[in-house]
Amino acid sequence: MPTRPLSPHLSVYKFKYTLTTSILNRVSGLGLSLGLPLLVYWLMAVAGGARTHARAARLLSLPLMKLIYLGLIVCFCYHLSAGIRHLVWDTGRGLERAQAQRSAWLVGAVSVALSAIVAYCAWQAGARGP
Amino acid sequence: MSLRSPLGRVLGTGAARQGVHHWWVQRLTSLALVPLSIWFLVSLLALPALDHATVTAWMGQSWSALLLMLLVLVATWHSQLGVRVVVEDYVHGAGLKTLILVSVTFAHVLLAAAGVFAVLKVALGGAV
Repeated sequence: MPTRPLSPHLSVYKFKYTLTTSILNRVSGLGLSLGLPLLVYWLMAVAGGARTHARAARLLSLPLMKLIYLGLIVCFCYHLSAGIRHLVWDTGRGLERAQAQRSAWLVGAVSVALSAIVAYCAWQAGARGP
Repeated sequence: MSLRSPLGRVLGTGAARQGVHHWWVQRLTSLALVPLSIWFLVSLLALPALDHATVTAWMGQSWSALLLMLLVLVATWHSQLGVRVVVEDYVHGAGLKTLILVSVTFAHVLLAAAGVFAVLKVALGGAV
């Protein structure tokens, strides 16, 4: 490993909206990656038959899991809106500083609103049955 | 002034000819994931319950099974590309970096294969 400083130098930047939105996109993406084993675990449990599924369902409906689902919902809503922002950038649009600043706020607002709606729907669905 | 070495100019191959490929596949998978992930979330929330009978009936429908398999494949692909960049950025030291990158790739392939296998098994009536 070289002794010179290696990028990215996480600790030397001021936290401006550019850095914040970028790092949140990474963190939410990583969160969703950690959700993938959970999705596959659920799929495998369903494939394992009724009894395997019943055992997994007990684990998947623990109160702690609900907290994890909430985290995944927030990660999903943020990563989705920030990802769409990136896709718009890739067409060469919205790259001016004022536009990027505006879209950063828009992504924040949309992801919070979307998270609230999805979490409410999930909570309602959870109240309906197991 | 060109920054390319004389040898590089003679070989004329560029770096590893992979740079744009990673970027491009990440965009393609993200584009595909927009409808796929929204479909998955909405369908899941729309299910009357999450008991075994309801879920297997849902996964037994051809379109649900097909889209679920696509979701698992594209999501693991996109995730692998993303986690790879994060590891490349934040893990220093060639040995550790390679070890983690290989493990991450293996884990993603395992998840993709298991997910597709599970959906296929349910869809073809193997989960009773």
